[in-house]
Amino acid sequence: MANNAEDIENNMNQQEANRSPDSTQKPQETGVPRVRSRGGSAAGAGAGTGGGGDSGGGGGGNGTSPEQNGQPPAAPAPRVVEREEEEDEELTLKYGAKHVIMLFVPVTLCMVVVVATIKSVSFYTQNDGQRLIYTPFPEDTDTVGQRALNSILNATIMITVIIVMTLVLVMLYKYRCYKVIQGWLFLSSLLLLFFFSYIYLKEVFKTYNLAMDYVTLAIIIWNFGVVGMMCIHWKGPLRLQQAYLIMISALMALVFIKYLPEWTAWLILAVISVYDLLAVLCPKGPLRILVETAQERNEPIFPALIYSCKMDNILVMSHSPTRRLLFKPNWYLFSAPLASPVPSSPSQDDGGFTQSWVSQQEHRLGPLQSTDETRREIQQMPSARPPVEEDDEERGVKLGLGDFIFYSMLVGKASATASGDWNTTLACFVAILIGLCLTLLLLAIFKKALPALPISIFFGLVFYFATDNLVRPFMDKLALHQFYI
Amino acid sequence: LTLCWFFYLAIGHHIPIYTQCLILVISNKESAAQQKGLLIFGVVLSVLLQETFRFAYYKLLKKANEGLLTLSQEETMPISIRQLAYVSGLGFGFMSGAFSVVNILADSAGPGTVGIHGDSQHYFLSSAFMTMAIILLHMFWGVVFFDACEKQRWWAVGAVVISHLLVSCLTFQNPEYVASLVPTYVILFLMGVWAFYSAGGSLKNLKLCLTCKDKDLLLANHRPR
Repeated sequence: MANNAEDIENNMNQQEANRSPDSTQKPQETGVPRVRSRGGSAAGAGAGTGGGGDSGGGGGGNGTSPEQNGQPPAAPAPRVVEREEEEDEELTLKYGAKHVIMLFVPVTLCMVVVVATIKSVSFYTQNDGQRLIYTPFPEDTDTVGQRALNSILNATIMITVIIVMTLVLVMLYKYRCYKVIQGWLFLSSLLLLFFFSYIYLKEVFKTYNLAMDYVTLAIIIWNFGVVGMMCIHWKGPLRLQQAYLIMISALMALVFIKYLPEWTAWLILAVISVYDLLAVLCPKGPLRILVETAQERNEPIFPALIYSCKMDNILVMSHSPTRRLLFKPNWYLFSAPLASPVPSSPSQDDGGFTQSWVSQQEHRLGPLQSTDETRREIQQMPSARPPVEEDDEERGVKLGLGDFIFYSMLVGKASATASGDWNTTLACFVAILIGLCLTLLLLAIFKKALPALPISIFFGLVFYFATDNLVRPFMDKLALHQFYI
Repeated sequence: LTLCWFFYLAIGHHIPIYTQCLILVISNKESAAQQKGLLIFGVVLSVLLQETFRFAYYKLLKKANEGLLTLSQEETMPISIRQLAYVSGLGFGFMSGAFSVVNILADSAGPGTVGIHGDSQHYFLSSAFMTMAIILLHMFWGVVFFDACEKQRWWAVGAVVISHLLVSCLTFQNPEYVASLVPTYVILFLMGVWAFYSAGGSLKNLKLCLTCKDKDLLLANHRPR
């Protein structure tokens, strides 16, 4: 299990970048501003499968598939931008709140699951002495200085692994090795859905002292896993898919909480949010390159695990795991072009990954796609607002699974290790939600790809340490005397 | 939209608590004998900070609302100042109540005997009632406060602050629950009535509402603000 955990760890730590594509993108599905976070799981998965031997072959790469939400900020069509700016802002603010709420619910659910598990199942807070291969330095050392040094080294190793994974992913994407990426993601989710949920269920049964025979357990796990694979990688009801994504994010976060020692975990959180910021916003950042490459090729970013709030109407999208909800107050321009590949391909229902299909289409049809899109774009430009209604259905926000994982990890770690218990947990939860609100607000203002991690994690960390050290003694004393403020 | 604002505001209530705790921790290196005195000082300071932040919220929300209004080309505000007052008060109350009571709730779920060392046996019950009163009070204070700021009635603002201080000081007598809970509930009732009237309610409205009659009248009263 430790080995698997290590693999997963590897897989997991892909950057999560939260990005919203520029509103003035070319008509692509990526055009709509999306909040995406990249899960590094894909990279992790690949590394896991590739280098499975070195870590004792835990279950292949798994881990949340990297959310490569690279919605490449397409080159804005200037006319479109100017015409719609006012409408943009108004609709942005109007619908912004709704999207914020739509994201609150899954993030809250994920955190609730993680906190509930941490509080009840003691397995995830036990220190078995096992560590992931990526954090080889122990933290139970004699001196504080040694501990600090070890945790810094651990965090450095982890972040290096993540960076390498991301670069590998970008390379794979750039050289069109879509099959590899898809296989990677597939194996990742396979491991997560079967193996980790088995362990989770086992520990829950142990905690509540329930007896269950292996046959029933096998049937349950089998059904759970197969339905999960179908929902995530193929077609399925939206709610079910959302539920599965939340569950695997929670599982991943629990793995992190268990296997990362304390100081390492906090350091990793801090470093990864800085990295996320750099990777998404810097011109040479790998994620930005990914986004731009996808944009050049006029194709969606390869199927990654992204949580989306609504189903896309476009048949193409409904195939892909990347059910992107585009957060687009007025980017109806970009919703319609999504339909452009649909008529050109009769064989939509082969159940394969969209990515391969799209790339095939591209190879076969070449510029056909783009002409459709450009035509549509031109068609839609003069019209003021007719497509708004259909846009309403397709609107939504997307948040990468990596964001879910790291948010839940922060809150879970806070509830596991804080002495102020529930106050700290509540404070971190609220801080993350504020961060998410602010990020979405910035998304609405800037309308381009933004990382979701930095603001939330920063607030979360600040609130955690402030609450644990400052608020807790005060509140404890107040509660003791029953003073109320 | 209301819910969204609610969250923003709930969060904001943390800030006064944090600044308060910071101040208290810094000043808390005194001897044990002065602990209680410092605690009282801390409570008073915390109350004043909360009210200051409530005022800051009022200013901020008003500005944001006006900005939103000019941005959207509609005549009515997307969210009225009264709704904001309600949401703000609710946020404050929710956070304050949560921080006060959640640890107690967690402990009450575990094993133990209440008051085994000679403390009051009604600890949990009184905490629950007190928390409920505080949450409702924050809500009423929010409504009254915002309304008073809108109409520039500074005496009402002062009354809110003083009543908050009064309620907090009442809790200083807390093992004697009669002395603290009963006046608190009286203040709660009075504030509730005040908030009801300042939010535009009246006996007539109340009767109409309770008997579910004359919806048109109620709708007509709901003018855009």
